[in-house]
Amino acid sequence: MTERLSPLDAIHRAAGATFTDFAGWQMPVRYSSDLAEHKAVRTAAGLFDLSHMGEIVVVGPEADRALDYALAGKLSASAEGQAKYTLLLARHGGVIDDLVVYRTGADRYLVVANAANVAHVADELRARTAPFDCEVFDESDDMALIAVQGPKALDILTSTAGFGIQGDGNDHDDFVDAVSGMKYYRAVAAEFAEQPVLVARTGYTGEDGFELYVSPDQAPALWEALAEAGEAHGLVPAGLASRDTLRLEAGMPLYGHELTRDTFPAQAGLGRVVALGKEVDFVGRAASEEGPAADAPVLVGLASEGRRAGRAGYALFDGEGADASEAGVITSGALSPTLGHPIAMAYVAPRHAATGTTLYVDVRGTRIAASVVDLPFYRREK
Amino acid sequence: MTDLNDLKYTSDHEWVLIDEDPAEGVDAGGVVVGITAYAADKLGDVVFLELPEVGTAVAAGEVVGEIESTKSVGELISPVDGTVTEVNERAVEEPELLNSDPFGDGWLIKVTVAEVPADLLSLEQYREVTGE
Repeated sequence: MTERLSPLDAIHRAAGATFTDFAGWQMPVRYSSDLAEHKAVRTAAGLFDLSHMGEIVVVGPEADRALDYALAGKLSASAEGQAKYTLLLARHGGVIDDLVVYRTGADRYLVVANAANVAHVADELRARTAPFDCEVFDESDDMALIAVQGPKALDILTSTAGFGIQGDGNDHDDFVDAVSGMKYYRAVAAEFAEQPVLVARTGYTGEDGFELYVSPDQAPALWEALAEAGEAHGLVPAGLASRDTLRLEAGMPLYGHELTRDTFPAQAGLGRVVALGKEVDFVGRAASEEGPAADAPVLVGLASEGRRAGRAGYALFDGEGADASEAGVITSGALSPTLGHPIAMAYVAPRHAATGTTLYVDVRGTRIAASVVDLPFYRREK
Repeated sequence: MTDLNDLKYTSDHEWVLIDEDPAEGVDAGGVVVGITAYAADKLGDVVFLELPEVGTAVAAGEVVGEIESTKSVGELISPVDGTVTEVNERAVEEPELLNSDPFGDGWLIKVTVAEVPADLLSLEQYREVTGE
């Protein structure tokens, strides 16, 4: 497979980033230090390149009905400019991908998919929406994604030169008004250097922040402008390593870890994302109504003491001794940079899922006690 | 500042300082072992170290410790046969030393050896391994 490079690749290399393969893309994993980047996002702001994510446009008079059938959520209920977290379910009820879907027009939606799943999601959407009057375009190659995340994100965005609102002659004050008043999970069609950019108040870090969808040609200029304006606010470029510890602290699921084709949304605490109340049939509806088996594992948070973290794939036991039985498995785990102790998400049998239950993580042969705690581990002050 | 040319290396990204520097406090016949800057960079921020106890007999190629970063777990593989004489307790307390000073204050263990293995790499050979 050809290695894919972000349109920001040259900027990352100049910044001394370390790279990692991410679904066939070479993406920055860190620039200086995971911990410093993580901390910057919690206290000031971080600048992320997420150009590996997939962008699929669904457009047409019946796009709303088509997506109501194709996806777990009620997308027809979204207002223009609204974003929704939703799931693409398999017929048997498992999760094919988790998505953020923006309604960008009366008959137009932007579906954002995980990098590893883009082609599959686009194929599924095409097949599922075929009976409806709409078309599906995979525009991933024509869209870059830059995120500014952290308490200073709004200050940085509004002090960056070159923004305007689409169609109003690039008036900076109008842009400032629009983004300042924007609620979480809303987006606005803006311009940067007179080119279209969708500015969304969304993110995956547990902080306030914005995600900016822009053409690959425009991405380097936008990145540089944000970086320059952000310097005075403590903005640093942040890699995918810090993004992973940030989303884990925020209790946000990651596809391939907390969500898989074998996972029912209800097991991951995402039962409410499946809109069983919508009047129409949708793929996965029958299986979702039936729900997972009563003894199916459920997702919990775990907190432990010390510094040794349980990591993805590590087994959990109901006791310390050799006679203890297996209670579940960790799906993501790390030493929390913000909290200073190990945290993890894990699937455990329902009888072990009550808050306060003590379980034991097998950390390469040593059993370490961990308590079941409520998710998220970290919640920002508002 | 350690002269990297004075060290020997393994393809597992350990460095070995062979004895004879009184300032380092190494007994005759002893070596100091650490991980290279390349390894520390690949691991990311080191947050936890598990090192062998003083007196432990170690064998070349054997896993003798763990180096955990925010993202992954690395192994410390002994580059020599011998007995651990000292462990860097400061690095255990401040694992970030492995990132900030891997060839100096971030050293890991000191080991007495009967003989230094002949197959350790020079700096030039090690750089061929890492391609840097």
